[in-house]
Amino acid sequence: MSPREILKAAAEAGLKPDLTALLDAIPYAKYLGIRVDRKGTEITTILPFARHLIGNPVLPALHGGVVGGFLETTAIMQVIFEAGGSEMPRPVDINIDYLRSGRPVDTFARAVITKQGRRVVNIHAQAWQEEHDRPIATLRGHMLMPES
Amino acid sequence: MDNETHTLLHKPGFVLKGVPHAEGIGLTLVEIGEGTALLKVPYAAHLVGDPETRVVHGGVVTSLLDNACGVAVSSRTRQFGNIATLDLRIDYMRPATPDLDIFAWTECYRATKSIAFVRGVAFHTDKADPIASCTAAFMLGTTEARKGKTP
Repeated sequence: MSPREILKAAAEAGLKPDLTALLDAIPYAKYLGIRVDRKGTEITTILPFARHLIGNPVLPALHGGVVGGFLETTAIMQVIFEAGGSEMPRPVDINIDYLRSGRPVDTFARAVITKQGRRVVNIHAQAWQEEHDRPIATLRGHMLMPES
Repeated sequence: MDNETHTLLHKPGFVLKGVPHAEGIGLTLVEIGEGTALLKVPYAAHLVGDPETRVVHGGVVTSLLDNACGVAVSSRTRQFGNIATLDLRIDYMRPATPDLDIFAWTECYRATKSIAFVRGVAFHTDKADPIASCTAAFMLGTTEARKGKTP
């Protein structure tokens, strides 16, 4: 099933979409290896370390674009989970702050919707590795809600 | 397409070697100037964000722009392994078109002793019709700064 079909089926059934199936239906998310852990309404995304995610082989460190794409995917998953709808939200702008270099270990992320408007959602996301209180990067952005 | 952009697109390039994620997405250096860079990511099935529309995932544009900004900084400052992105802002103007390669043109327009400032655009054939634009700040001399510090 395509992401849209998964969202549509969930919306019609009045259920929350299956985020694992959704990630599986997004080729680039699959390529990065992003997984999701849902406990009730709390969603954590996981980026297991893999060699193809490295951007600086000297340190080594995760590629800044990988961390950014991971945070962006986390934000999209949160919007889908909370705001529903049968279409994928579209990023309008994102602002990523890189706080620490992404070490070659697993990375986790969570997102919080700061404001949900009728057409635009303001969202914050944060990624960390061993310690939740030592984030490696944060994202702030806006997503456009598709008209449904 | 203006002449300048047209010429840029037809320079022979090579894939950025030794950077696993750059190799993974097929990131190719097309041209490098004094503080400017032109990079390309070829359209590929594993980069797609939505299989129905076949549009490339926003994260690919993020990787492309981030890397292109880094190359522009390196070309101006002659620093290579020891720069780090401080922040990156991306505005998405429109979805990328399936089957088309995506280019990123970036310019490091200012560099101080510790910080470099960059701006850039991602586009298909015309810089004036961008898919996304970005601004970024980079930290310079990160390896030197780390020396003498306890790990």
